[in-house]
Amino acid sequence: MRFENLSQQIGGCACHSLAGIGRANVVGGRNGPSLDSVGMAAIEVRGLEREFGGGVKAVRGVDLDVAEGEIYAFLGPNGAGKTTTVRMLTTLLRPTGGTAKVAGHDVVSDAGEVRKSIGVALQEAALDPLMTGRELIRLQATLHGLARAEGEKRAEELLDRVDIMYAADRRVGTYSGGMKRRLDLASALVHQPRVLFLDEPTTGLDPVSRKAIWEEVQALNDDGATIFLTTQYLEEADQLADRVGIIAGGLLVAEDTPRALKAEIGNAHVEIAVCDGELERAEKAVAHLGKPLPSRNGLLLLELGGGASGVAPVVRALDEAGLAVEGLDLVEPTLDDVFVARTGQHLESDGDGAAPDAEPAPVES
Amino acid sequence: MGALRQNARVVVALGRRSIRQTFRRPQLMAPIIIFPTLLLAVQTGGASGAVDLPGFPEVNGFLDFMLAGAMIQSCLLAGNSGGIALAVDIEMGFTDRLLAAPISRFSMVLGRLAGTAALGAFSAVYYLVLGLIFGAQIEEGVIGVFLMILFVTLSAIAFGGIGAAIAIRSGSASVVQGLFPLVFVILFLSSAFFPYELMQEPASSIAEYNPVSFIVEGVRDPVISTLTGVDAGKAFVSILGIMALSLALSAGALRHRLRTGQ
Repeated sequence: MRFENLSQQIGGCACHSLAGIGRANVVGGRNGPSLDSVGMAAIEVRGLEREFGGGVKAVRGVDLDVAEGEIYAFLGPNGAGKTTTVRMLTTLLRPTGGTAKVAGHDVVSDAGEVRKSIGVALQEAALDPLMTGRELIRLQATLHGLARAEGEKRAEELLDRVDIMYAADRRVGTYSGGMKRRLDLASALVHQPRVLFLDEPTTGLDPVSRKAIWEEVQALNDDGATIFLTTQYLEEADQLADRVGIIAGGLLVAEDTPRALKAEIGNAHVEIAVCDGELERAEKAVAHLGKPLPSRNGLLLLELGGGASGVAPVVRALDEAGLAVEGLDLVEPTLDDVFVARTGQHLESDGDGAAPDAEPAPVES
Repeated sequence: MGALRQNARVVVALGRRSIRQTFRRPQLMAPIIIFPTLLLAVQTGGASGAVDLPGFPEVNGFLDFMLAGAMIQSCLLAGNSGGIALAVDIEMGFTDRLLAAPISRFSMVLGRLAGTAALGAFSAVYYLVLGLIFGAQIEEGVIGVFLMILFVTLSAIAFGGIGAAIAIRSGSASVVQGLFPLVFVILFLSSAFFPYELMQEPASSIAEYNPVSFIVEGVRDPVISTLTGVDAGKAFVSILGIMALSLALSAGALRHRLRTGQ
């Protein structure tokens, strides 16, 4: 029951939330009200940098603002700088440049106050497999200064909320991946934080577990929590976030609402499957009908100016060139297209897991 | 709630977790109980004639002499196990949970050491009971028992601090585990299992000035003789010295990890 019509719920909620808060384009100020007009920023980042030993710059001057009550998704491939940014914002790592404020407190000079205001669920659910779920929540309550009785009450509420009450006294090591993520999420909520950081909350989860997490994230946002999440899943950012920041090579390369970002790209493209070895010939045959995009998974990608009406000429051109078409799909713009437009690389790799080694252009603000 | 009281609550909570973790993970418990018990049994059974050697301290039995060694061996291994557990916490990201909480960050170390201290006290009681069952006599009586438990508990904190420092600095359980054999080298180059006076050089000189020897002799003193205060004093100073050094090293390692992120 909880998972039914989830995408509709999420989509509906996100739109409603945006309309209600009216905070689109906070940073760019392209067509929405400024952050000042909607109240205090939950997260303010200016020129944030982190350089590791050996001169490796994981984050190279990120600017961003997240409004109170917003779901902000930080989208990027592995190694883009998402986790490093989250670790700096959650006071786990000191920035080597720039400033960041979370819930109005500086992450370096006022780190203690930041920690009181945030809940954190990190990439690999940081759970002790030897503890039970209940023990973990109670420990988390103690860490956040809740009295014993209050901590026990919160543990009951949260275990119930994330649907793992039935396993509350089992060791975490026996939990499934989805249960672990839900427990991790529950533990981050124990002190009712103003800002919640979720670092790749659904990575490695099956679709059902992923949707359960989405549902919970949306419900938390509906309750007023500001949520900063990182993800490498386009669908997650698209469906869940009020605004998306795309990061690559340690730089923020695009930032807006998912709809606005995709609108920037404008045109649909076709994905054409041709026989092995025919890709190059097919590219030449249709190049004049649109804008060729970098191929992916052996598919020929061609951006069409006229949308669906441009499909027929493409098919004719391939036919006239004597090329057999094994498959053809018309694809509306996605956040991956935005990523391609900004970096020349695909966000979702061809399956080798390698992060795009793009030299992106930073977002203009 | 005052900050001090809150941090004390956290240390106690983390200490309890540490104890639970040890009892729930046999590979952490085994070094504390099984190895020293086996060594105690083997040495007491096979080398009890050593008490007749010229220069051997006057004891009621070889078990009386060996008890302190078993306790300190257990402490050293508890410190090593605590370090392994802390390194596992770092590897799996559990320490991030603690570091992201509004608590003193050193509470993470103190919580672990509180657990190690409790395990030290537990092992002291365990070996005392074991010794008494098999005929050991505590010459100094109740005060001696109290002093032994106190020394062993404090020793566990001191040795646990070394394990914690290495765990935090390396962030690797296998590195801490790699120190396991070193524990035995330190023990065998002390008077834990044999009087240093009867060792050959250079082992004899090393053992004579090995701080572990001072600690062992401080724990052994109430078992085999009436308290003079000298051995207890040397043990106490040695424990405090190691404790101060290991806590300073732990704090330094933690600062380094927080600054560099690794």
